[in-house]
Amino acid sequence: MSDGAMLIEAAQRLFADRIDDAAMRRARGGEWIGEAWDAIAEMGLPLALVSEEAGGFGVETVDALALVRLAGAHALPLPLAETMLANGALGAAGLPLAEGPAALIDGAGLTIAGEGAGWRITGTAARVPWARDLSTLVVADGAHTFRIGAGCTVAERSTNLAAMPRDDLAIDAYCEASGPATGVSPLLAGAALRSLQIAGALETVLALTIEHVSDRVQFGRSLSKFQAVQHELAKLGGDVAVAGAAADMAAEALAGDPAEATLAIAAATIRAREAAGSAVAIAQQLHGAIGFTVEHRLHWYTTALWSWRDEEGGTRYWSDLLGRAALAAGGAGFWQFVTEAA
Amino acid sequence: MMDAIRFSSPPRHEAAEALRHEVRAFLAETIPARTPLARSDSWNGYDRDFSRKMGARGWLGMTWPKQYGGHERSAFERYVVVEETLAAGAPVLSHWIADRQSGPTLLRFGTEEQKGRVLPGIAAGETCFCIGMSEPDSGSDLAATRTRAVRSADGWRITGTKIWTSNAHNADYMILFCRSGDSTPADRQAGTSQFLIDMKNTPGLTVRPIIDLAGQHHFNECHFEDALVPAGALIGTEGQGWQQVMSELAFERSGPERFLSSIQLIVELIAALQGSDSDLARAAIGRLTAHLIVLRRLSRSVAAMLEAGENPALHAAIVKDQGALFEQAIPDIARSLIDAEPDRAATSNYNAVLANIVLNAPSWSLRGGTREILRGIIARGLGLR
Repeated sequence: MSDGAMLIEAAQRLFADRIDDAAMRRARGGEWIGEAWDAIAEMGLPLALVSEEAGGFGVETVDALALVRLAGAHALPLPLAETMLANGALGAAGLPLAEGPAALIDGAGLTIAGEGAGWRITGTAARVPWARDLSTLVVADGAHTFRIGAGCTVAERSTNLAAMPRDDLAIDAYCEASGPATGVSPLLAGAALRSLQIAGALETVLALTIEHVSDRVQFGRSLSKFQAVQHELAKLGGDVAVAGAAADMAAEALAGDPAEATLAIAAATIRAREAAGSAVAIAQQLHGAIGFTVEHRLHWYTTALWSWRDEEGGTRYWSDLLGRAALAAGGAGFWQFVTEAA
Repeated sequence: MMDAIRFSSPPRHEAAEALRHEVRAFLAETIPARTPLARSDSWNGYDRDFSRKMGARGWLGMTWPKQYGGHERSAFERYVVVEETLAAGAPVLSHWIADRQSGPTLLRFGTEEQKGRVLPGIAAGETCFCIGMSEPDSGSDLAATRTRAVRSADGWRITGTKIWTSNAHNADYMILFCRSGDSTPADRQAGTSQFLIDMKNTPGLTVRPIIDLAGQHHFNECHFEDALVPAGALIGTEGQGWQQVMSELAFERSGPERFLSSIQLIVELIAALQGSDSDLARAAIGRLTAHLIVLRRLSRSVAAMLEAGENPALHAAIVKDQGALFEQAIPDIARSLIDAEPDRAATSNYNAVLANIVLNAPSWSLRGGTREILRGIIARGLGLR
């Protein structure tokens, strides 16, 4: 077994063990499930996108990104994807890695000015994942990467539909050092990670739905014997397959040349999100009323999917970006555009 | 189970990408004057001369052994040729069925005599095929076939009717699926066989046109009345027709033809939007482009599985189902962005192509396995039933 496969298997065991129903309920109640985070950190997963030279442990990027998909399959209520990305940016910039949960945000909406030998960063960042729990905030503005350990206050606590913190942060921080910003923008990277989480969560949604329609008996036979149910399930399977392929495409783009990643990630994002909406509607329908309760596990994935599909740039934003590029190629150039975009 | 619907990453194939430019240059040079309306016929465009030119380039039977006229190139190179010709709306019909499906079936199951006689002609773009599967009382339920071949002293005597046989009026050969023995209550698919039918020289075979909703003649009814075919017409093993047919379906269901049927309308739509796009138009074009990019990835992934010798029937069914949903959605997306009355005779390319696409769209989720059949396959693949 390859190192990557072993890592995924170990992470799978860890998530299955730590992210049980009780932990999910606590997280949904607004609690930071610290013991689960500590176990994840102890395994080194937050460093998975950091190169070996920068202090990571030499995980292939595609394997690291498979962890994000796996986290999605568990609707992991912890900022693992965010911290992986932030550490990846810190490592690439030659800055010290984060000591706890971290997130990477775009510096475009902030004021970044030279001050003394360093930089002062001020402004408000909206809906930062797990801002209340972060030890480190990483800001990248296209040229530089900054590591912020102090000087942030939560201005407004909010959550997404899955009770994952999305807080507004007031920032007034001084950074002594900065490093070069490499790789794709925080928004592109974030969208790619959300596509992977979506693909993972959809796999769980499909498994739950198959289980339900196989077990549930009505009119003297299991739901899975009804052709109407089979066909809806087939549509759900199609959505899950499509989202999975889109997520793979996003992952490859993120692991590849940053200059060629934008259109592939945009396309993957648009497609995975649309599949998520369609799949959730089918899964909810096939689960019947029990799926519309907090007693059934489905809602964890449903609400996570309904949140992730609108985060890291809205769907209109990504559609506009890709549509603009396609229109610029023109009718005669459209097919070439498609074959070169991804 | 989740692994069952994972599509592996399609490899990047440098030789295929180099070939792409050659194909584009060839198409620009060979069919520069083909109208958008004609291009929107997609693989229903029929032009023997074009097929011969494709054959001369070595772009038919590309993956077959050289001894049968093939070129021993990879499935990825063939894929590029197929998608480039389809995307350009080239008139591929004369070689299309044979190159995609009939040739591979013969290569796999045919006798040496059949392979030696027929395959070089397909690879040269000279030989045109049709497929005899559906019957008046046997559509999706293929095992209900009633056309029957009976062994006789001089070969086989065939009686029955095939219907919806695309291009039978032009084809040189048909691969006929029919009954050669009896089914059993436990095995409805037993007792079926495939035959190689010479469309031009089979006494007792009559071909009659059926005009489709779009007013075009693609469909035919093929009537076999005690038609005599030689003993050497049997393809593969008598009684194994069902297994043989099933093995070709993944080839039939996963190619780029399953999502490119309305590409010409997208091209005209984008051309028509130049200079007057809107937020709505950009978002709509972005969305359909995303769909197309991901579909293409799925399809190329199946091509890789086929190249590896797998039989990805489930994956192919997903590609075809998703592909048909996409290509059938294009007319309504176009209609939401541009006001135009569909008219094939219109001088505006957009209006003419819109008409052709609207008129042909219903067939896309019927041919090659209906949506309902595909969803049954997918559900089974997911463990239901």
